[in-house]
Amino acid sequence: MLKINNLHARVEDKEILKGINLEINAGEVHAIMGPNGSGKSTLAAVIAGKEEFEVTEGSVELDGENLEDDAPEERAHKGIFLSFQYPVEIPGVSVTNFMKTAINESRKAKGLEDMPANQMLKLIREKAELLEIDRKFLSRSLNEGFSGGEKKRNEIFQMAMLEPKLAILDETDSGLDIDALRIVANGVNKLKSKDNAVLVITHYQRLLDYIVPDFVHVLHNGKIVKSGGKELALELEEKGYDWLKQETVA
Amino acid sequence: MDLKEKLVSSFLAFENDMDVESPVHDIRSEAMKNFELKGFPSKKEEAWKYTSLNSLQKIDFSIFPKEISALEYKNVKKYFIHEIDTYKIVFVDGIYSSYLSETTHDGVDICLMSSALTKPMYKQVIDVYFNKVASKDETLTTLNTAFSKEGAFIYIPKNKMPKKPVEIIHFSTGNEASLMLQPRSLIVAEENSELQVIERHQSLTSNEVFTNSVTEIFAAKSAIIDYYKVQNDAASASLVDNTYISQKDHSHVKVHTFSFGGKLTRNNLNFYQNGEHIDSTMKGVTILGDKQHVDHHTLVHHIEPNCESHQDYKGIYGENSTGVFNGKIIVDKIAQKTNAFQQNNNILVSDKATINTKPQLEIFADDVKCSHGCTIGQLDEDALFYLQSRGIPKKEARALLMYAFANNVLESVKIPELKTRINKLIANKLGVRLGFDL
Ligand SMILES: Nc1ncnc2c1ncn2[C@@H]1O[C@H](COP(=O)(O)OP(=O)(O)O)[C@@H](O)[C@H]1O
Ligand SMILES: [Mg+2]
Repeated sequence: MLKINNLHARVEDKEILKGINLEINAGEVHAIMGPNGSGKSTLAAVIAGKEEFEVTEGSVELDGENLEDDAPEERAHKGIFLSFQYPVEIPGVSVTNFMKTAINESRKAKGLEDMPANQMLKLIREKAELLEIDRKFLSRSLNEGFSGGEKKRNEIFQMAMLEPKLAILDETDSGLDIDALRIVANGVNKLKSKDNAVLVITHYQRLLDYIVPDFVHVLHNGKIVKSGGKELALELEEKGYDWLKQETVA
Repeated sequence: MDLKEKLVSSFLAFENDMDVESPVHDIRSEAMKNFELKGFPSKKEEAWKYTSLNSLQKIDFSIFPKEISALEYKNVKKYFIHEIDTYKIVFVDGIYSSYLSETTHDGVDICLMSSALTKPMYKQVIDVYFNKVASKDETLTTLNTAFSKEGAFIYIPKNKMPKKPVEIIHFSTGNEASLMLQPRSLIVAEENSELQVIERHQSLTSNEVFTNSVTEIFAAKSAIIDYYKVQNDAASASLVDNTYISQKDHSHVKVHTFSFGGKLTRNNLNFYQNGEHIDSTMKGVTILGDKQHVDHHTLVHHIEPNCESHQDYKGIYGENSTGVFNGKIIVDKIAQKTNAFQQNNNILVSDKATINTKPQLEIFADDVKCSHGCTIGQLDEDALFYLQSRGIPKKEARALLMYAFANNVLESVKIPELKTRINKLIANKLGVRLGFDL
């Protein structure tokens, strides 16, 4: 489904991604772990099409199609979803109106009519329930004054609404208490199918107890330095990242 | 002949037609003297530094329309808030249109300045209020005073509230190659009364129109007035709007100014707080493109203690547009416990657009709360990416952010149909269909 070939990306003069190779197939869950500043969020943003980062080499393909020329919204229409590490506050647009706009713009891109209002409401209600989100919450301005946990839960609510092919969860676990973590993980698992895939970016093993990965990759200094099964996450949890750094130097 | 000379000579003919016995005659003559002396304001004056009337003065405006023009309601319906029932005071090329209007004398007077200035039954109101808060010094105001003859007249007696909002609309038909209009309106809300007004100037062709309008508003004790200015005029229309508001104890007056259209718009909005526990609120949304120019000059004069004023102006400037916000707050020495807030936030969406924003505070009391802030920024790139990553195309995402930016100013609009209309005008102006019902 997703194929990343020798991806190099930089911002201004700073090279951040230094040759990433990664292949994710439908039905799989991948986890990327790695120390702060290793380039995890950059990788996520580059996949989602953030123009601030310049791809200098390599490619990102979705279902065999190079995404190079696709704007972020086009990638979204093709089924890529990014749950932000730091969701942006947008005062003046309610969660509901935002979701309506997003859904209808995606439908428009596919040549479909607007979703009928009652159907939209039903969908919103259903997905809010899945993530145990209070109805009052939906009329609030997007992310404005939300707690860290509320923001993350709202990201997964959006994911549930948009039903992406590939969901990238960038540190969705940070800021969540254990109950919220369970709700969010449960939401993700409910959406999981053999036709879609999830890329979980996390610091900690914690989330991976709930969203169990098929593969774990370690990103360090803009490169994937190690890949393995889910037991690699446990190993990292135990040993930290220092041993890896030494290993790469050696 | 330049415009000033033309106005001066027209004045003689104008006065000959009017009742010289009326006390208003003296007021007009005095006012004309002031204008003759000062002429049009020039860019040398601090208050007119960023707004030039030079090119307007070169146009050969007709001061009075040669003929009376009729308009079909169906052709101008869209300019009314037609979704609801309203009183209407409508002028076509400066002349009252009884056909398009719906006035009343049922408990309240919603009618014409020309009747108020001439009919004996209104003499007392005119004596007490006419030209009492309007400046006798500011040159364009006095020019309007000199030619004061027609406009809206609204008188709401004590404890009354009209059954519906009032729309004041000034149409210009383009029957004159270029037309100057000087509407003069007087609005009096007596003790504990309530009133909602929507004002609009609308040119129907691309012929030049220059409107120099003066509105005097008096809010007596505990009166509540909500005034909405919808400025979405044609690209060849210029407007200088001089609004003077005098408030008494416990009154609340809110003025919303929505500036989306026109070539040149200058709003001189002046509040005088002649009492205690007064609330004066000014809100503005300005969205400009092309070569449009809007200049908001506000004044709040805190004359008595324990009053509040709130100003919240938002501006979005695109293409070659230019904007000015100058907010003056005066707090007199005895006006202790004043709360004065002023906020002006702007987004420049084009490199060529400019905004000049300046607070002007003259505070002579020591126990006051006064805050002001102005920002000039671009759209937040991270917010744009966030919206795009959810499938909202860049153009719509930009519009949504601008909409969101301007939107909170609309919260205080009390007429839902007007709010919807303004929302639609904003969406239109931003060139998008937003994916939800406004
Ligand atoms: N917009 C940017 N401008 C400059 N440097 C950046 C920018 N974004 C990220 N970086 C740098 O790139 C490196 C990787 O950042 P990031 O991808 O956020 O790492 P991670 O998510 O793994 O913590 C860091 O050194 C960070 O400072
Ligand atoms: Mg990160």
